[in-house]
Amino acid sequence: MPLLEIKDLRVSINNKKIIKGLNLTVNEGEVHAIMGPNGTGKSTLASVIAGREVFTVTEGQVLYKGKDLLGIPVETRSREGIFLGFQYPIEIPGVSMTNFMKTAVDEHRKYKGLPSLSAVDFLKLMEEKKKMVEIQSNLTNRSVNEGFSGGEKKRNEIFQMAMLEPTLAILDETDSGLDIDALKIVANGVNKLRRPDNAFIVITHYQRLLDYIIPDFVHVLFEGRIVKSGGKELALELEAKGYDWIKQEIEN
Amino acid sequence: MKSATLVPEKELLAGLFEKFKSDICVNDSAYVSGLRQKALKAFSDRGFPTQTIEEWRSTSLIDSLTPEYNFYFSPCEEKVDIEKIFRCEIHNFETLLFTQVNGWYVYKQSPLTELPNGVIVGSMATAIKTHPELISKHYGKIADFEKNGLTALNTVFAQDGIFIYVPENISIEKPIQMVNIVNTDENLFIQPRNLIILGKNSKLTLVYCDDSIKHKKSFINSCSEVYIDENASLDFYKLQNKDSLSTVITNSFYHQEKNSRLNTNTLTFNGGVIRNETRVSLKGSGSDAKVYGLYLMDREQHVDNQIYIDHIAPETSSYEQFKGIIDDNASAVFNGHIHVCRDAQKTEAYQSNKNILLTDTAHVSSMPFLEIYADDVKCSHGATVGQLDPEALFYLKSRGICDRNARMLLMYAFATEIANKITIEVLRERIEGMIVKRLKGELSICDQCVLHCKEKDAINFEIDMSKI
Repeated sequence: MPLLEIKDLRVSINNKKIIKGLNLTVNEGEVHAIMGPNGTGKSTLASVIAGREVFTVTEGQVLYKGKDLLGIPVETRSREGIFLGFQYPIEIPGVSMTNFMKTAVDEHRKYKGLPSLSAVDFLKLMEEKKKMVEIQSNLTNRSVNEGFSGGEKKRNEIFQMAMLEPTLAILDETDSGLDIDALKIVANGVNKLRRPDNAFIVITHYQRLLDYIIPDFVHVLFEGRIVKSGGKELALELEAKGYDWIKQEIEN
Repeated sequence: MKSATLVPEKELLAGLFEKFKSDICVNDSAYVSGLRQKALKAFSDRGFPTQTIEEWRSTSLIDSLTPEYNFYFSPCEEKVDIEKIFRCEIHNFETLLFTQVNGWYVYKQSPLTELPNGVIVGSMATAIKTHPELISKHYGKIADFEKNGLTALNTVFAQDGIFIYVPENISIEKPIQMVNIVNTDENLFIQPRNLIILGKNSKLTLVYCDDSIKHKKSFINSCSEVYIDENASLDFYKLQNKDSLSTVITNSFYHQEKNSRLNTNTLTFNGGVIRNETRVSLKGSGSDAKVYGLYLMDREQHVDNQIYIDHIAPETSSYEQFKGIIDDNASAVFNGHIHVCRDAQKTEAYQSNKNILLTDTAHVSSMPFLEIYADDVKCSHGATVGQLDPEALFYLKSRGICDRNARMLLMYAFATEIANKITIEVLRERIEGMIVKRLKGELSICDQCVLHCKEKDAINFEIDMSKI
């Protein structure tokens, strides 16, 4: 059974059609890259999988572990193993990273029937995962993303992913705005979290991230549909030639 | 014990004063008695405030003034063992604790403590008798009853309360804690009167708690006068955790001399009808007032904060920040008025009021107001009324946090900004704990809260903030 199966998905917001018949199958152990010009529905796809409510799914199906995902509340999706790395992580003044993550980890554990972690064990876990994404600063007392630099915010997304150990992670332009060192750290974090039983969907504009996170499949999303799929070499071709040749292919 | 029972109406109250005059005035100097007469005239002219007065537009006292109340004109004769009825829940909080029960000062040894360093703390009733010189210098001089019917009424009937005098150059390191308890099987109308005098270069921290134990109707009409002399400093924390049958009116008047500093924080957790009026006169140059407040209201509760800051001297500064979360059918009023006199150049005044409405039926009325007659000033004001940020909620929920806990985290974050202003660490931690409990609907005071919580889902907010 595929981990994620999207069948003829059609999504609109305020009656504007954004995704127009999208099909995608992701199996355990795979990394899929989704590329494409701006405004073609990449972030919408990520949001629909994560459970953002502003979008209306007009047609189609999203199956996760064989079960219908649409209609399940966002927090349950997270506890079932879905993780969205935000393109623009939200600043939440006054909510400390520690309280945030402790609450999240405990709710995940409770869902699995596990007791909540002691404060000591929890802090130990935080330290371990911080090292994984090379966060040196003391997150404990800082509010969620408040005053974080662009790079810190993105690293914080990967840190949260490490804490929650998802089965299906969608990274929405996690590489945008990162310098090459930060990019390597983010990619390293992802690679360390790769397991045979989980999968990643990496949304990106640039091939360079894919030098560090090697995808099994590359898809081009254009006008709400996947118009071309291939291996990692497709990313290199896009980098060299841009998107125009694909547009031409479609028109022809 | 001398007492009477009546519906608080203007004419009846005037008659009540005549009837019990000899008891009410038992400790008075000629000055205090004279003041009562003037105040009676003012009250007879003005009566209780009604919603036709602009500052009372959003708060009605009609329901609060309808029932019969008991008035006590002498303290309860049987000894009250305060430790049996009240225990402060702030552990490791060392304070000099003083208590009022049903409007009367309670003591073990002496009604008025005079420390070797000259500090005087204790019962106002006794201070009126034993320290007429300090009384006539400040009593009734800071609280203007001509414009305020309730302050006038308090001045007519006031018999007891807390009196604090801190002489020049004395810093009281331990906070003084005043607990005002209403504990009776009858409806009760009480009018505490407090006077706090800080001499030059002195320092005081005061924690004032309004609590109620039994659930009978009560009407508290309190008046506090605070004189802060040159370079003196006062931290004044007020905790209001009353049952829903309580009406609490606090009128606080502050007089600040040169380079003096005031930091006041009013934390309202529960109550029926609460109205806090704070009036600060920045009389001396370089004086600074920080006025903070937090209110967490639900069910049918109502809170009204009226702040009036008068910048009289140059180079004075004020900083006002009030935040509130309003749930169910509760309502809140904020009215902040900054007045900058023509001579008060280089004034800095900031004012902010932020509200979160949790339901469609919760109501808030926020009126920031600047009145500036000087031309070289820095002033700003802002007010917001909104809901919890949906983007932040989505972010939290996308990490597996349920809706209720996500809301709780955001509300807690919103509210603790005010609690963070508390400089006493144990008190701050305790208040943060109270905020969590209050937001969970578990704060101990209110049995009604339990009823309230039954309507909602079980709450899962298991973070022990103290351990992280």
